[in-house]
Amino acid sequence: MRLALVIALLLIAVGSLWLFIVHPWWFPAAASRNAGALDHEFRIAFWVFGGLFVAAQIALAAFLLSSRQRKKSDYILGNWKLEIAWTLAIAALFFWFNVSGEKVWSRVMDHHRANDALQVEVTGAQFQWYFRYPGHDGVFGRLDAQKFARPDEGNPLGLDPADLAGRDDVLSSSLVLPAGRDVELTLRAQDVIHSVFIPAMRFKQDAVPGMTIRAHLQPTQAGNYEIACAELCGLGHYRMRAQVRVVSPEEFASWLATQELRAQEKTD
Amino acid sequence: MLKRFPSAATTPSKLLLRRYIFTSDHKMIGIQYFFLSLAAVLVGTWLSLLMRIHLVWPHGRIPLVGEIKPENYLGLLTMHGTLMVFFVLSTVPQNGFGTYFLPLQLGASEMAFPRLNMAGFWTALASFFVLLAAFFVPGGASIAGWTQYAPLSAIRAAGPGQGIGTDLWLVSIGLFCLSSVMSAINFVTTTVKQRTPGMRWMRMPLPCWSWFVTAILSLLAFSVLLAALILLLLDRNAGTNFFVPAGLIVSGQAVNHSGGSPLLWQHLFWFFGHPEVYIAILPAMGITSHLLSVFSRKPVFGYRAMVGATIAIGALGFMVWGHHMFVSGMNPYEGFAFSTLTTAIAVPSAIKVFNWLGTIYGGKLQFSTPMLFSIGFVSLFIAGGLTGPFLAQPSLDMYLHDTYFVVAHFHLIMAMAGIFAVFSATYFWFPKMFGRMMSERLGAIHFWFTLAGAYAIFMPMHLLGVAGHPRRYSELTGVQYVAAMAPLQKFITFAAVITICGQLVFLFNLFWSMFRGRRAEANPWVCTTLEWTLPSPTPAAGFAGRVPVVNRGPYEYSVPGSTADFVAQDAPATQEG
Ligand code: HEM
Ligand SMILES: [Cu+2]
Ligand SMILES: [Cu+2]
Repeated sequence: MRLALVIALLLIAVGSLWLFIVHPWWFPAAASRNAGALDHEFRIAFWVFGGLFVAAQIALAAFLLSSRQRKKSDYILGNWKLEIAWTLAIAALFFWFNVSGEKVWSRVMDHHRANDALQVEVTGAQFQWYFRYPGHDGVFGRLDAQKFARPDEGNPLGLDPADLAGRDDVLSSSLVLPAGRDVELTLRAQDVIHSVFIPAMRFKQDAVPGMTIRAHLQPTQAGNYEIACAELCGLGHYRMRAQVRVVSPEEFASWLATQELRAQEKTD
Repeated sequence: MLKRFPSAATTPSKLLLRRYIFTSDHKMIGIQYFFLSLAAVLVGTWLSLLMRIHLVWPHGRIPLVGEIKPENYLGLLTMHGTLMVFFVLSTVPQNGFGTYFLPLQLGASEMAFPRLNMAGFWTALASFFVLLAAFFVPGGASIAGWTQYAPLSAIRAAGPGQGIGTDLWLVSIGLFCLSSVMSAINFVTTTVKQRTPGMRWMRMPLPCWSWFVTAILSLLAFSVLLAALILLLLDRNAGTNFFVPAGLIVSGQAVNHSGGSPLLWQHLFWFFGHPEVYIAILPAMGITSHLLSVFSRKPVFGYRAMVGATIAIGALGFMVWGHHMFVSGMNPYEGFAFSTLTTAIAVPSAIKVFNWLGTIYGGKLQFSTPMLFSIGFVSLFIAGGLTGPFLAQPSLDMYLHDTYFVVAHFHLIMAMAGIFAVFSATYFWFPKMFGRMMSERLGAIHFWFTLAGAYAIFMPMHLLGVAGHPRRYSELTGVQYVAAMAPLQKFITFAAVITICGQLVFLFNLFWSMFRGRRAEANPWVCTTLEWTLPSPTPAAGFAGRVPVVNRGPYEYSVPGSTADFVAQDAPATQEG
């Protein structure tokens, strides 16, 4: 039994390590400015704690093995010096990692951005995402979902028809962004909590009804990415997806111009 | 010094019904909790099997059940999580084994409040039936998960199961809170007042320390949850506005609420919810520490550090709840604080691991079934524990939160480690509870199935999470990159089916041994603690008026100069060299 356990523990250590190193499934290719820092942090964590995992499983196996020739157990009550030493060592390691993580967090959550960030409002509703751009005037029109929302008449968010600022607002079912520009997302929800998860951009933020939450994002690579909802929101949670389309700044400008024009035509 | 409560066992009634069913005997109540958890784990496991099968064969027909629809998946999910967290892991390690063995290990023949004990069990049983009733009402069980985030949980129109199914969930867990608080008062009082002469605090076996600290956590945490549940019930049924903000539209209907805060629910829930995971795992840690010492025939390494770590985990456990809310929309500055406090709580947990390894080191180990499961516990606790620091970092958690990475983490550290400790305690204390031994051969087979299964199911789930697979998805087809992970999901389902079938070996062993197992002597594992000074099974009268006197700590194994390899806690003091 002893030998079987030792082999099992070694298999667990080696097998898990192998699984993570071969990793047939892994992070999607990084596509935002902060993604690199996050991936780096994850790599550090993986090697440090993965290493500890392997070391601890091997130590457990070794202790099991070493008891084989023993006639009698040792009477050891403890060892204060050793205990203090390993407590300090592990605390130092944990807090070192903690501090390095706090640095990444303050970078990701940086609120001192340039004021010229592209404004996009993201609204979650069972089980759809809506993206709104403020249009030419740079101002979002007023919303009152309870009064004006008519999903089948092209006004799912409840844009107040009386508010002029809303005339040129662009509503889109996919999130179109220019590469290389800072984006400020304003997250809202119409019914229950949803969560915007864009794995390729290492981005996740809950959208909470009753709150407007601001978050920053900077896509770096043109391409198509998926948004998956990451907060249980009801039956259709698993299919609450949307597309992120990152394009060149020129292409973005022309897309936005056409959309603004279309929006204006509709309201006129 | 405080005066001890007198500790006479209630004289056993001649009426069988009084003796086995409507009983205030802590031993019978412990066994009743044990069977309640057994029923819950059977249902909960069955539900997980259905979920796993539905995930990879969404249109498959299951014998007796038929096809599972996406809406059923979320109901199964909620019930699985609730059964497992509340009725298995918060019930059997604490109220099952604790109710039975806390008094005996302390040298008492009853809990401090026998009738409160009984009331606690019957409330838990009622709670269990109220929960299961949700399967049979219109709309079925709640789909909001065991966390019941508002406003999904607060608004009836938000989904099937959000009507009466959710009301039943709330009432059920409310009853469970009451039951836990009753039981916790009993545990605390018993530990403080019922210790036999000589049983000083620092001579208490480590399971008693864990049960004591866990009871204090239960007392505080379940009270807060109960308050939160009442507020949510009021929001749903009395038009109050605690958790629902203004201006919502659900299913095309305007919601007539205003002024509430969805984050308030999360704060209240996790103020309970994080201590809850320690309520689940502290008794398991205590049991494992105890068994590693018994079967290494060695004292626990660093007993004082173990006690200190238990208390530290209990205290810090109330300060870290925000690590479940890094991306909830709470102020990012709170992320700093909760991240640091969470890192702090990792330290006492690591101390425990070091001391478990230290306990094994230098021992002449005996590989009985309880020992196998205890070694498995240590291995799994390490595996699940080391992903904790990832999740404690707000920036990494931003990516990993609500993905399968979290599912893997909490199943390894809480579900699997917790279940391993429950198995080890069952094999270990079975002789004292039922007077017979469980089969060691079947025990070993069961162990290998379960160890292999735990790793095969939950290790690959990390990869799903790293690849961005959100949790609580009832189908894989809705998002393209998720659909691409179907092969790995299939593998996990195969592993789960095999592992769950392997549990039949345990069930057979349990019931077969109960009636056919070899008769157990008083102290089959040659242990030092007081419950083993009684015959097996424990006589109804407990110590029957005898007051054991404790002369030493609980882990005197392989004491130099002593002829036997252990010295019982109540052996006369002169025997010490
Ligand atoms: C054979 C063993 C088990 C299997 C195969 C299993 C499987 C699963 C699955 C598939 C999920 C849903 C994941 C998702 O879609 O998000 C889940 C959730 C969960 N499980 Fe298990 N599980 C097992 C044992 C346990 C045990 C022993 C516990 C005890 C703590 C437990 C606690 C939970 C909890 C708390 C959840 C979350 C429920 C929720 O999201 O509301 N599981 N499990
Ligand atoms: Cu969702
Ligand atoms: Cu927590």
